[in-house]
Amino acid sequence: MQTNSAIHTHGLTKHYGNRPVLRDIDLELPWGEVLSLFGPNGAGKTTLVRLLAGLTRPTGGSIRIAGLDPERRGIEVRRLLGVVTHQTFLYDELTARENLRFYARMYGLGNADDRIEEVSATLGSSSYLDARVRTLSNGMQKRVSLARAVLHRPRLLIFDEPEAGLDQEALDLVEALLKAHRAEGGSAVVTTHNVERGLSIADRVIILANGRISYDEPSGMLEPVSFRDTYRERTGVQL
Amino acid sequence: MTEQTDNTVRSYRSRTPSWWTPVLAILWKDVLLESRTREMVMPILVFAFLVIVVFNFVIDPNPTLVAAVAPGVLWVAFTFAGMLGLNRSFSMEKERGGIEGLMLCPVGRDLIYLGKMLGAFMFILIVEFIMLPVFAAIFNLPLFEPGLWLITVLATFGFASVGATFSAMAVNTKAREILLPILFFPIAVPVIIAATEATRAVLAGDPFSDYSRWIQLMAAFDVVFVVIAALTFDFVLGE
Repeated sequence: MQTNSAIHTHGLTKHYGNRPVLRDIDLELPWGEVLSLFGPNGAGKTTLVRLLAGLTRPTGGSIRIAGLDPERRGIEVRRLLGVVTHQTFLYDELTARENLRFYARMYGLGNADDRIEEVSATLGSSSYLDARVRTLSNGMQKRVSLARAVLHRPRLLIFDEPEAGLDQEALDLVEALLKAHRAEGGSAVVTTHNVERGLSIADRVIILANGRISYDEPSGMLEPVSFRDTYRERTGVQL
Repeated sequence: MTEQTDNTVRSYRSRTPSWWTPVLAILWKDVLLESRTREMVMPILVFAFLVIVVFNFVIDPNPTLVAAVAPGVLWVAFTFAGMLGLNRSFSMEKERGGIEGLMLCPVGRDLIYLGKMLGAFMFILIVEFIMLPVFAAIFNLPLFEPGLWLITVLATFGFASVGATFSAMAVNTKAREILLPILFFPIAVPVIIAATEATRAVLAGDPFSDYSRWIQLMAAFDVVFVVIAALTFDFVLGE
Protein backbone atom coordinates (compact mmCIF):
# COMPACT_ATOMS: atom_id res chain seq x y z
CA MET A 1 0.00 0.00 0.00
CA GLN A 2 1.51 3.31 -1.10
CA THR A 3 1.31 5.99 1.54
CA ASN A 4 2.74 9.43 2.15
CA SER A 5 3.73 8.72 5.74
CA ALA A 6 6.17 6.30 7.23
CA ILE A 7 4.69 7.06 10.63
CA HIS A 8 1.42 8.69 11.59
CA THR A 9 0.31 8.89 15.20
CA HIS A 10 -2.73 10.70 16.51
CA GLY A 11 -3.39 11.30 20.18
CA LEU A 12 -0.93 8.55 21.08
CA THR A 13 -1.01 7.91 24.81
CA LYS A 14 0.61 5.35 27.07
CA HIS A 15 0.02 4.81 30.73
CA TYR A 16 1.75 2.34 33.00
CA GLY A 17 -0.84 1.80 35.68
CA ASN A 18 -1.97 5.26 36.70
CA ARG A 19 1.25 6.89 35.55
CA PRO A 20 1.06 8.66 32.18
CA VAL A 21 4.27 8.23 30.22
CA LEU A 22 3.20 9.58 26.85
CA ARG A 23 0.37 12.04 26.29
CA ASP A 24 -1.36 12.95 23.05
CA ILE A 25 1.57 12.44 20.71
CA ASP A 26 0.72 13.62 17.20
CA LEU A 27 3.57 12.68 14.92
CA GLU A 28 3.88 12.56 11.16
CA LEU A 29 7.05 11.28 9.51
CA PRO A 30 7.11 11.29 5.70
CA TRP A 31 9.08 8.77 3.72
CA GLY A 32 12.64 9.80 3.06
CA GLU A 33 12.98 11.71 6.31
CA VAL A 34 15.11 11.09 9.37
CA LEU A 35 13.83 12.26 12.73
CA SER A 36 16.09 12.82 15.73
CA LEU A 37 14.31 12.52 19.04
CA PHE A 38 15.76 14.22 22.09
CA GLY A 39 14.57 14.29 25.64
CA PRO A 40 15.76 13.85 29.22
CA ASN A 41 15.61 10.52 30.99
CA GLY A 42 12.01 9.61 31.72
CA ALA A 43 10.60 11.83 28.99
CA GLY A 44 9.07 8.86 27.18
CA LYS A 45 11.54 8.37 24.32
CA THR A 46 12.00 4.65 24.86
CA THR A 47 8.26 4.19 25.39
CA LEU A 48 7.60 5.92 22.08
CA VAL A 49 10.19 3.69 20.42
CA ARG A 50 8.55 0.59 21.90
CA LEU A 51 5.12 1.73 20.71
CA LEU A 52 6.38 2.35 17.19
CA ALA A 53 8.18 -1.00 17.20
CA GLY A 54 5.04 -2.81 18.32
CA LEU A 55 6.61 -4.06 21.53
CA THR A 56 3.88 -2.51 23.62
CA ARG A 57 0.31 -1.41 22.98
CA PRO A 58 -0.90 2.18 23.34
CA THR A 59 -3.36 3.10 26.03
CA GLY A 60 -5.03 5.56 23.69
CA GLY A 61 -4.74 7.12 20.27
CA SER A 62 -3.59 5.50 17.07
CA ILE A 63 -0.44 4.50 15.24
CA ARG A 64 -0.09 3.87 11.54
CA ILE A 65 3.13 2.58 10.02
CA ALA A 66 3.07 3.04 6.23
CA GLY A 67 -0.67 3.46 6.61
CA LEU A 68 -1.00 0.07 8.31
CA ASP A 69 -2.45 -0.57 11.74
CA PRO A 70 0.13 -2.58 13.73
CA GLU A 71 -2.67 -4.23 15.73
CA ARG A 72 -4.45 -5.61 12.68
CA ARG A 73 -1.56 -6.01 10.25
CA GLY A 74 1.33 -6.58 12.59
CA ILE A 75 3.22 -9.01 10.39
CA GLU A 76 3.29 -6.61 7.44
CA VAL A 77 4.31 -3.74 9.71
CA ARG A 78 7.12 -5.70 11.35
CA ARG A 79 8.48 -6.57 7.93
CA LEU A 80 8.98 -2.86 7.32
CA LEU A 81 10.76 -2.17 10.59
CA GLY A 82 14.38 -2.43 11.66
CA VAL A 83 14.74 -1.82 15.38
CA VAL A 84 17.80 -1.27 17.56
CA THR A 85 17.40 -0.70 21.28
CA HIS A 86 19.58 -1.04 24.35
CA GLN A 87 18.99 -4.79 24.20
CA THR A 88 20.81 -6.55 21.42
CA PHE A 89 18.25 -9.37 20.92
CA LEU A 90 21.21 -11.69 20.36
CA TYR A 91 21.72 -15.09 21.94
CA ASP A 92 24.96 -15.20 23.90
CA GLU A 93 25.84 -18.82 23.17
CA LEU A 94 25.34 -18.53 19.42
CA THR A 95 27.90 -16.98 17.15
CA ALA A 96 27.17 -13.68 15.46
CA ARG A 97 26.66 -15.51 12.19
CA GLU A 98 24.27 -18.02 13.77
CA ASN A 99 22.28 -15.19 15.30
CA LEU A 100 22.05 -13.41 11.95
CA ARG A 101 21.11 -16.63 10.15
CA PHE A 102 18.36 -17.19 12.69
CA TYR A 103 16.88 -13.76 12.12
CA ALA A 104 17.33 -14.13 8.37
CA ARG A 105 15.17 -17.27 8.53
CA MET A 106 12.61 -15.49 10.68
CA TYR A 107 12.43 -12.74 8.04
CA GLY A 108 12.25 -15.24 5.20
CA LEU A 109 15.39 -13.93 3.50
CA GLY A 110 16.79 -15.62 0.44
CA ASN A 111 20.60 -15.74 -0.03
CA ALA A 112 20.97 -15.07 3.67
CA ASP A 113 24.68 -15.82 3.88
CA ASP A 114 25.48 -13.33 1.10
CA ARG A 115 23.38 -10.69 2.78
CA ILE A 116 25.00 -11.37 6.16
CA GLU A 117 28.45 -10.91 4.63
CA GLU A 118 27.36 -7.71 2.90
CA VAL A 119 25.82 -6.12 5.98
CA SER A 120 28.66 -7.21 8.25
CA ALA A 121 31.19 -5.68 5.87
CA THR A 122 29.22 -2.42 5.90
CA LEU A 123 29.22 -2.35 9.70
CA GLY A 124 32.78 -3.60 10.13
CA SER A 125 31.81 -6.78 11.98
CA SER A 126 32.98 -9.38 9.44
CA SER A 127 36.07 -10.38 11.42
CA TYR A 128 34.10 -11.74 14.38
CA LEU A 129 31.07 -13.28 12.70
CA ASP A 130 32.10 -16.73 13.92
CA ALA A 131 32.71 -15.71 17.52
CA ARG A 132 30.11 -16.40 20.16
CA VAL A 133 28.26 -13.27 21.13
CA ARG A 134 29.15 -13.58 24.82
CA THR A 135 32.84 -13.23 23.88
CA LEU A 136 32.26 -9.94 22.07
CA SER A 137 32.60 -6.50 23.61
CA ASN A 138 29.53 -4.28 24.00
CA GLY A 139 30.51 -2.31 20.91
CA MET A 140 30.96 -5.44 18.83
CA GLN A 141 27.60 -6.78 19.97
CA LYS A 142 26.00 -3.47 19.08
CA ARG A 143 27.38 -3.72 15.54
CA VAL A 144 25.97 -7.23 15.18
CA SER A 145 22.66 -5.99 16.56
CA LEU A 146 22.66 -3.23 13.95
CA ALA A 147 23.35 -5.86 11.29
CA ARG A 148 20.39 -7.84 12.60
CA ALA A 149 18.17 -4.78 12.30
CA VAL A 150 19.05 -3.97 8.69
CA LEU A 151 19.43 -7.49 7.36
CA HIS A 152 16.02 -7.52 5.70
CA ARG A 153 16.32 -4.04 4.17
CA PRO A 154 13.61 -2.44 6.31
CA ARG A 155 11.96 0.73 5.07
CA LEU A 156 11.71 2.27 8.52
CA LEU A 157 14.55 2.23 11.02
CA ILE A 158 13.92 2.83 14.69
CA PHE A 159 17.14 3.32 16.61
CA ASP A 160 17.10 3.94 20.35
CA GLU A 161 20.41 5.59 21.23
CA PRO A 162 22.38 3.68 18.61
CA GLU A 163 25.58 5.48 19.61
CA ALA A 164 25.70 3.77 23.00
CA GLY A 165 28.76 1.54 23.17
CA LEU A 166 30.05 2.41 19.72
CA ASP A 167 33.46 3.83 18.89
CA GLN A 168 34.00 6.75 16.51
CA GLU A 169 34.48 4.48 13.50
CA ALA A 170 31.22 2.66 14.18
CA LEU A 171 29.39 5.95 14.74
CA ASP A 172 30.54 7.12 11.32
CA LEU A 173 29.35 3.84 9.80
CA VAL A 174 25.91 4.21 11.41
CA GLU A 175 25.65 7.77 10.14
CA ALA A 176 26.58 6.63 6.64
CA LEU A 177 24.04 3.81 6.88
CA LEU A 178 21.29 6.27 7.86
CA LYS A 179 22.17 8.62 5.02
CA ALA A 180 22.18 5.80 2.49
CA HIS A 181 18.88 4.57 3.89
CA ARG A 182 17.35 8.01 3.47
CA ALA A 183 18.73 8.32 -0.06
CA GLU A 184 16.88 5.10 -0.94
CA GLY A 185 13.62 6.60 0.28
CA GLY A 186 13.61 5.06 3.73
CA SER A 187 12.83 6.81 6.98
CA ALA A 188 14.28 6.60 10.45
CA VAL A 189 13.58 7.65 14.01
CA VAL A 190 16.71 8.01 16.09
CA THR A 191 16.68 8.80 19.79
CA THR A 192 19.90 10.32 20.97
CA HIS A 193 21.62 12.49 23.53
CA ASN A 194 24.37 13.46 21.08
CA VAL A 195 23.46 16.91 19.79
CA GLU A 196 26.01 17.15 16.98
CA ARG A 197 25.24 13.75 15.50
CA GLY A 198 21.51 14.12 16.07
CA LEU A 199 21.39 17.39 14.19
CA SER A 200 23.72 16.28 11.38
CA ILE A 201 21.77 13.16 10.43
CA ALA A 202 18.25 14.47 10.90
CA ASP A 203 15.84 16.32 8.66
CA ARG A 204 13.71 17.12 11.67
CA VAL A 205 14.23 17.34 15.41
CA ILE A 206 11.78 16.68 18.19
CA ILE A 207 12.20 17.28 21.91
CA LEU A 208 10.10 15.14 24.20
CA ALA A 209 9.44 16.44 27.70
CA ASN A 210 7.14 14.95 30.34
CA GLY A 211 5.59 12.68 27.76
CA ARG A 212 4.66 15.43 25.31
CA ILE A 213 6.23 16.86 22.17
CA SER A 214 7.69 20.12 23.33
CA TYR A 215 9.56 21.10 20.17
CA ASP A 216 9.25 19.98 16.56
CA GLU A 217 11.27 21.79 13.90
CA PRO A 218 13.31 21.09 10.78
CA SER A 219 16.95 20.63 11.67
CA GLY A 220 18.41 22.47 8.69
CA MET A 221 19.12 25.80 10.37
CA LEU A 222 19.78 24.52 13.86
CA GLU A 223 23.17 25.00 15.49
CA PRO A 224 24.25 22.81 18.42
CA VAL A 225 24.72 25.76 20.75
CA SER A 226 21.31 27.30 20.12
CA PHE A 227 19.69 23.88 20.20
CA ARG A 228 21.18 23.20 23.61
CA ASP A 229 19.65 26.46 24.83
CA THR A 230 16.31 25.50 23.38
CA TYR A 231 16.57 22.08 24.99
CA ARG A 232 17.28 23.57 28.39
CA GLU A 233 14.34 25.95 28.06
CA ARG A 234 11.95 23.17 27.07
CA THR A 235 13.07 20.49 29.50
CA GLY A 236 14.82 22.31 32.33
CA VAL A 237 17.76 19.97 31.85
CA GLN A 238 21.18 20.63 30.36
CA LEU A 239 22.01 18.43 27.35
CA MET B 1 9.23 5.88 -3.14
CA THR B 2 11.01 4.41 -6.16
CA GLU B 3 10.56 0.70 -6.76
CA GLN B 4 13.90 -1.09 -6.71
CA THR B 5 14.55 -3.20 -9.80
CA ASP B 6 17.95 -4.62 -9.00
CA ASN B 7 17.64 -8.40 -8.92
CA THR B 8 20.34 -8.65 -6.29
CA VAL B 9 18.37 -6.36 -4.01
CA ARG B 10 15.17 -8.27 -4.74
CA SER B 11 16.79 -11.52 -3.74
CA TYR B 12 17.54 -10.07 -0.32
CA ARG B 13 14.00 -8.84 0.17
CA SER B 14 12.15 -10.60 2.89
CA ARG B 15 9.20 -12.63 1.80
CA THR B 16 6.46 -14.33 3.74
CA PRO B 17 8.06 -17.57 4.90
CA SER B 18 6.10 -20.80 5.01
CA TRP B 19 4.48 -21.26 8.41
CA TRP B 20 6.88 -24.04 9.42
CA THR B 21 10.02 -21.99 8.61
CA PRO B 22 9.92 -19.77 11.73
CA VAL B 23 8.72 -22.69 13.86
CA LEU B 24 11.69 -24.81 12.77
CA ALA B 25 14.03 -21.81 13.05
CA ILE B 26 13.04 -21.29 16.70
CA LEU B 27 13.26 -25.02 17.38
CA TRP B 28 16.71 -25.30 15.78
CA LYS B 29 17.91 -22.22 17.63
CA ASP B 30 16.81 -23.77 20.95
CA VAL B 31 18.49 -27.07 20.04
CA LEU B 32 21.75 -25.25 19.29
CA LEU B 33 21.56 -23.27 22.52
CA GLU B 34 20.76 -26.35 24.59
CA SER B 35 23.60 -28.31 23.02
CA ARG B 36 26.01 -25.64 24.26
CA THR B 37 24.50 -24.69 27.61
CA ARG B 38 22.64 -27.84 28.75
CA GLU B 39 20.58 -25.50 30.90
CA MET B 40 17.34 -27.36 30.44
CA VAL B 41 18.00 -31.08 29.93
CA MET B 42 20.55 -31.59 32.70
CA PRO B 43 18.53 -30.03 35.56
CA ILE B 44 15.41 -31.92 34.46
CA LEU B 45 17.32 -35.17 34.23
CA VAL B 46 18.94 -34.80 37.63
CA PHE B 47 15.67 -33.79 39.29
CA ALA B 48 13.68 -36.66 37.77
CA PHE B 49 16.40 -39.14 38.72
CA LEU B 50 16.51 -37.90 42.31
CA VAL B 51 12.75 -38.11 42.72
CA ILE B 52 12.62 -41.66 41.44
CA VAL B 53 15.59 -42.78 43.53
CA VAL B 54 14.31 -41.16 46.73
CA PHE B 55 10.88 -42.73 46.33
CA ASN B 56 12.61 -46.07 45.73
CA PHE B 57 14.23 -45.77 49.16
CA VAL B 58 10.95 -44.81 50.79
CA ILE B 59 8.68 -47.46 49.31
CA ASP B 60 8.63 -50.96 50.75
CA PRO B 61 9.63 -53.29 47.85
CA ASN B 62 6.35 -55.16 48.05
CA PRO B 63 5.24 -55.94 44.45
CA THR B 64 1.64 -55.05 45.22
CA LEU B 65 2.62 -51.76 46.82
CA VAL B 66 5.07 -50.94 44.05
CA ALA B 67 2.43 -51.56 41.38
CA ALA B 68 0.06 -49.25 43.23
CA VAL B 69 2.40 -46.29 43.78
CA ALA B 70 4.93 -46.52 40.95
CA PRO B 71 2.71 -44.74 38.38
CA GLY B 72 2.26 -41.85 40.78
CA VAL B 73 6.00 -41.72 41.47
CA LEU B 74 6.75 -41.62 37.76
CA TRP B 75 4.35 -38.78 37.07
CA VAL B 76 5.41 -36.82 40.12
CA ALA B 77 8.95 -36.99 38.80
CA PHE B 78 7.96 -36.10 35.24
CA THR B 79 5.55 -33.34 36.23
CA PHE B 80 7.91 -31.46 38.50
CA ALA B 81 10.88 -32.04 36.24
CA GLY B 82 8.79 -30.75 33.36
CA MET B 83 8.03 -27.64 35.44
CA LEU B 84 11.74 -26.96 35.69
CA GLY B 85 12.16 -27.31 31.95
CA LEU B 86 9.21 -25.11 31.10
CA ASN B 87 10.43 -22.43 33.46
CA ARG B 88 13.84 -22.43 31.78
CA SER B 89 12.33 -22.34 28.29
CA PHE B 90 11.24 -18.72 28.49
CA SER B 91 13.72 -17.62 31.13
CA MET B 92 16.47 -18.23 28.61
CA GLU B 93 14.60 -16.09 26.08
CA LYS B 94 14.13 -13.24 28.54
CA GLU B 95 17.88 -12.91 28.93
CA ARG B 96 19.18 -10.44 26.34
CA GLY B 97 15.63 -9.63 25.31
CA GLY B 98 15.11 -12.75 23.22
CA ILE B 99 11.34 -12.59 23.60
CA GLU B 100 11.21 -9.06 22.23
CA GLY B 101 13.58 -10.06 19.45
CA LEU B 102 11.07 -12.71 18.43
CA MET B 103 8.21 -10.21 18.75
CA LEU B 104 9.96 -7.89 16.29
CA CYS B 105 9.99 -10.57 13.60
CA PRO B 106 7.25 -10.62 10.94
CA VAL B 107 5.91 -13.87 12.29
CA GLY B 108 2.59 -14.66 13.90
CA ARG B 109 2.70 -14.98 17.68
CA ASP B 110 1.08 -18.38 17.32
CA LEU B 111 4.11 -19.61 15.40
CA ILE B 112 6.44 -18.27 18.10
CA TYR B 113 4.39 -20.24 20.61
CA LEU B 114 4.57 -23.40 18.49
CA GLY B 115 8.34 -23.12 18.11
CA LYS B 116 8.94 -22.63 21.84
CA MET B 117 6.38 -25.26 22.82
CA LEU B 118 7.84 -27.90 20.52
CA GLY B 119 11.31 -27.18 21.86
CA ALA B 120 10.20 -27.62 25.46
CA PHE B 121 8.26 -30.74 24.49
CA MET B 122 11.26 -32.25 22.78
CA PHE B 123 13.71 -31.61 25.63
CA ILE B 124 11.35 -32.87 28.33
CA LEU B 125 10.55 -35.95 26.23
CA ILE B 126 14.25 -36.73 25.79
CA VAL B 127 14.68 -36.72 29.56
CA GLU B 128 11.62 -38.91 30.03
CA PHE B 129 12.82 -41.42 27.45
CA ILE B 130 16.11 -41.62 29.36
CA MET B 131 14.35 -41.95 32.70
CA LEU B 132 11.78 -44.58 31.71
CA PRO B 133 14.35 -47.41 31.58
CA VAL B 134 15.82 -46.17 34.88
CA PHE B 135 12.36 -46.16 36.42
CA ALA B 136 11.62 -49.64 35.08
CA ALA B 137 14.91 -51.00 36.38
CA ILE B 138 14.60 -49.44 39.85
CA PHE B 139 11.01 -50.58 40.38
CA ASN B 140 11.40 -53.85 38.50
CA LEU B 141 8.60 -53.05 36.10
CA PRO B 142 8.10 -53.84 32.40
CA LEU B 143 9.77 -51.34 30.09
CA PHE B 144 8.92 -52.30 26.54
CA GLU B 145 5.24 -51.51 26.73
CA PRO B 146 4.23 -49.43 23.68
CA GLY B 147 1.36 -48.03 25.68
CA LEU B 148 3.76 -46.52 28.22
CA TRP B 149 5.69 -44.62 25.58
CA LEU B 150 2.47 -43.39 23.94
CA ILE B 151 1.19 -42.14 27.31
CA THR B 152 4.47 -40.35 27.90
CA VAL B 153 4.34 -38.59 24.53
CA LEU B 154 0.71 -37.50 24.88
CA ALA B 155 1.04 -36.33 28.48
CA THR B 156 4.27 -34.44 27.81
CA PHE B 157 2.70 -32.73 24.82
CA GLY B 158 -0.15 -31.64 27.07
CA PHE B 159 2.29 -30.34 29.69
CA ALA B 160 4.24 -28.44 27.07
CA SER B 161 1.19 -26.93 25.40
CA VAL B 162 -0.12 -25.54 28.68
CA GLY B 163 3.21 -24.90 30.34
CA ALA B 164 4.69 -22.90 27.47
CA THR B 165 1.85 -20.41 27.71
CA PHE B 166 2.06 -19.99 31.46
CA SER B 167 5.83 -19.88 31.36
CA ALA B 168 5.65 -16.93 28.96
CA MET B 169 3.20 -15.23 31.32
CA ALA B 170 5.20 -15.91 34.44
CA VAL B 171 8.63 -15.01 33.08
CA ASN B 172 8.04 -11.28 33.42
CA THR B 173 7.20 -11.55 37.11
CA LYS B 174 9.59 -11.73 40.02
CA ALA B 175 7.86 -14.77 41.48
CA ARG B 176 7.92 -16.84 38.31
CA GLU B 177 9.12 -20.03 40.02
CA ILE B 178 6.03 -19.88 42.24
CA LEU B 179 3.61 -18.43 39.72
CA LEU B 180 4.19 -21.06 37.04
CA PRO B 181 3.15 -24.05 39.20
CA ILE B 182 0.17 -22.10 40.56
CA LEU B 183 -1.05 -21.38 37.05
CA PHE B 184 -0.04 -24.70 35.56
CA PHE B 185 -1.29 -27.37 37.94
CA PRO B 186 -5.01 -26.60 38.03
CA ILE B 187 -5.13 -26.72 34.24
CA ALA B 188 -2.86 -29.75 33.88
CA VAL B 189 -4.70 -31.90 36.45
CA PRO B 190 -6.71 -33.81 33.81
CA VAL B 191 -3.52 -34.79 32.00
CA ILE B 192 -1.76 -35.81 35.21
CA ILE B 193 -4.71 -37.95 36.31
CA ALA B 194 -5.09 -39.51 32.86
CA ALA B 195 -1.36 -40.23 32.59
CA THR B 196 -1.22 -41.79 36.04
CA GLU B 197 -4.30 -43.96 35.57
CA ALA B 198 -3.26 -45.07 32.10
CA THR B 199 0.24 -45.90 33.34
CA ARG B 200 -1.24 -47.94 36.17
CA ALA B 201 -3.32 -49.93 33.68
CA VAL B 202 -0.36 -50.52 31.36
CA LEU B 203 1.92 -51.69 34.17
CA ALA B 204 -0.82 -53.98 35.44
CA GLY B 205 -1.00 -55.59 32.01
CA ASP B 206 -4.54 -54.41 31.30
CA PRO B 207 -5.72 -54.46 27.65
CA PHE B 208 -5.73 -51.25 25.65
CA SER B 209 -9.51 -51.05 25.80
CA ASP B 210 -9.25 -50.62 29.58
CA TYR B 211 -7.23 -47.43 29.36
CA SER B 212 -8.12 -46.14 25.90
CA ARG B 213 -10.43 -43.52 27.42
CA TRP B 214 -7.47 -41.96 29.23
CA ILE B 215 -5.53 -41.91 25.95
CA GLN B 216 -8.48 -40.21 24.27
CA LEU B 217 -8.71 -37.68 27.10
CA MET B 218 -5.04 -36.77 26.76
CA ALA B 219 -5.25 -36.55 22.98
CA ALA B 220 -8.29 -34.28 23.18
CA PHE B 221 -6.62 -32.16 25.86
CA ASP B 222 -3.54 -31.77 23.69
CA VAL B 223 -5.48 -30.66 20.63
CA VAL B 224 -7.75 -28.28 22.51
CA PHE B 225 -5.05 -26.58 24.53
CA VAL B 226 -2.48 -26.25 21.79
CA VAL B 227 -5.09 -24.51 19.63
CA ILE B 228 -6.28 -22.26 22.46
CA ALA B 229 -2.72 -21.41 23.50
CA ALA B 230 -1.63 -20.62 19.94
CA LEU B 231 -4.62 -18.37 19.35
CA THR B 232 -4.20 -16.47 22.62
CA PHE B 233 -0.40 -16.19 22.66
CA ASP B 234 -0.54 -12.69 21.20
CA PHE B 235 -2.26 -11.52 24.37
CA VAL B 236 0.21 -13.40 26.55
CA LEU B 237 3.16 -11.60 24.97
CA GLY B 238 1.45 -8.24 24.68
CA GLU B 239 2.10 -5.49 27.20
